[in-house]
Amino acid sequence: MPPLLEVKNLATYFYTPEGVVKAVDGVSYDLEAGETLGLVGESGCGKSVSALSIMGLIPWPPGKVVNGEIIFQGEDLRKYDNQEMRKIRGKEIAMVFQEPMTCLNPVLTIGRQLTETMELHLKLDKHAATARAVELLQKVGIPDAERRLTQYPHQFSGGMRQRVMIAMALSCDPKLLIADEPTTALDVTIQAQILELMQTLCHEFNAALIVITHNLGVVARYADRVNVMYAGRVIERSSAREVYGNPRHAYTVGLLHSVPRLDEPRRVKLEPIEGQPPDLSRLDDGCAFRVRCRYAVERCATEYPPLVSVGENHVAACWESHKLGAQPRARA
Amino acid sequence: MTMTQQQTNGHGAAEANLVDVRHLKMYFPVRSGVFIQKKIADIKAVDDVSFTIRRGETLGLVGESGCGKTTTGRCILQLYRPTAGEVIFEGQDLTKMKTSEVRKFRRNMQLIFQDPYSSLDPRQNCASIIGEPLIIHKMIKSKQEYRDRVAELFSVVGLNPSMGYRFPHEFSGGQRQRIGVARALAVNPRLIVCDEPVSALDVSIQAQVINLLEELQEQFNLTYLFIAHDLSVVRHISDRIAVMYLGHIMELADRTELYENPLHPYTKALLSAVPIPDPVIEAQRERIILTGDVPSPLHPPVGCVFHTRCPVAIDECKAAIPAFKDVATDHYVACIRV
Repeated sequence: MPPLLEVKNLATYFYTPEGVVKAVDGVSYDLEAGETLGLVGESGCGKSVSALSIMGLIPWPPGKVVNGEIIFQGEDLRKYDNQEMRKIRGKEIAMVFQEPMTCLNPVLTIGRQLTETMELHLKLDKHAATARAVELLQKVGIPDAERRLTQYPHQFSGGMRQRVMIAMALSCDPKLLIADEPTTALDVTIQAQILELMQTLCHEFNAALIVITHNLGVVARYADRVNVMYAGRVIERSSAREVYGNPRHAYTVGLLHSVPRLDEPRRVKLEPIEGQPPDLSRLDDGCAFRVRCRYAVERCATEYPPLVSVGENHVAACWESHKLGAQPRARA
Repeated sequence: MTMTQQQTNGHGAAEANLVDVRHLKMYFPVRSGVFIQKKIADIKAVDDVSFTIRRGETLGLVGESGCGKTTTGRCILQLYRPTAGEVIFEGQDLTKMKTSEVRKFRRNMQLIFQDPYSSLDPRQNCASIIGEPLIIHKMIKSKQEYRDRVAELFSVVGLNPSMGYRFPHEFSGGQRQRIGVARALAVNPRLIVCDEPVSALDVSIQAQVINLLEELQEQFNLTYLFIAHDLSVVRHISDRIAVMYLGHIMELADRTELYENPLHPYTKALLSAVPIPDPVIEAQRERIILTGDVPSPLHPPVGCVFHTRCPVAIDECKAAIPAFKDVATDHYVACIRV
């Protein structure tokens, strides 16, 4: 069976007065039905832009998908025109955004915002749509659903709004749900609730899930596979267990070492990755991470390392990946 | 170095507590009405909180958003004048001081803000942002001294002094936070309140700033009140940790004690909710998932404020606010079920 989604060589550039910003530059990955994929990286590494490219939501000007294929259920979404994309968006592929505060329309009731998509995509009449909206709100754990439908977003707390967003995203039985930093704006205790909820609902609706996050801990529990991105490219991909237990790219290693962990004895010093993320409009041919990399060799400056297999279902784009791997973390 | 000398001079033999917070309350009035604004209620942001900050230590203050941790920090600095209670800084009660006196006193205590993007004036170059406190507190005598001191501060936080003429937008988030740190250090404070100093930064940059804060603490003998919601970061940097919920301190203990032997059900839930970047460990972990949201501080629950979400609550929890009692050496808990 072909994968549900296949992204091949995707490149999205932004044409700014300062130059061409290569936000996503040659990203490829695939996703099976019902699978959970984690997309990890720091801000500006292109993880959100790659998701928006799939949805066809890159604003032109200044942004444009310049290359690649996005094959969803056997069809290339890049060949679709706006009219056809509108039938996909919200129905086949739904998205949960980071800011539950700003992504709901403040002047429409929750009920109206929930039923709109269903009336449009599922051709339900008003009564059927409202009935389904009540059912959905109960599913995402909002008590007193019928009364809540008549309320406005400001009457909901942050966690509740994110639940509404999830209900909205799942309302048309999507095949793919993209969650862009779904828990970043929420408190720790609420984060756990929301993640647990998304996971169970995606299993129930048999939807595939892409979780975009900068929090390494979030994906560890929920993702089947993890893509690590840096400066617009995927630099490592494997099962969650492999990426965390046996990282083979210098950036992944650095990222894992730079966070303090609750389950380990406290270290005297953290080991940060020195320097700043690169300017995406001034990338050269070499590895974008080399200036911050402690393993960098001469070759890193001249040739971009290809994504090569470093183990079973494990690829990494690092010339020095043979030196990395399961290393004991420095301890106090 | 001049800063270290000034630090140690004169405060050598003082008592162990730098700050003593006693029964601190901060209520914000809620007003209603068009012409005659009547007070209809109070938001009890901080409700009867007592703790001490010891000289040279880092006290971590954790809790969810809206629990009053930032308000507590600002009450210590007298940026909010507390409704009731005392804030004693080296024997002086700040709450009894006049505003003009507090202003002068503030050179002893500084604040590092959460958001490095909005806490620096975009129209001021970075040298003058860092140098401004020096002029306000009349800490320099000549232009040359001013320039030297600003350059020194730049290098102390790991920035190149030649960047001084640049404006905040020319710096990245991590660098801006360094500028915020330099501004706080400018007046040789003894206490720095760090209000979520790393939560707006990227993971790889967070560690840089945390290490910087630790180095500076050692170098200048600083005392930190470190406010954050990220428990792994707080454990890394703090000596003692206080857990806040809805305006009350729930538990206060030594770092190791709190993480190895949490007693309050809220602390337990909070610790179990922190994701660990390791799928093998995550798969085996038991999670205590709290139901519901944090209640509004406008109508806090009666009795123990946590009883509405507490997995072990009993009827007695609704009866009275539990006392903040000492259960072991330096381990305080406010829960009747402990």
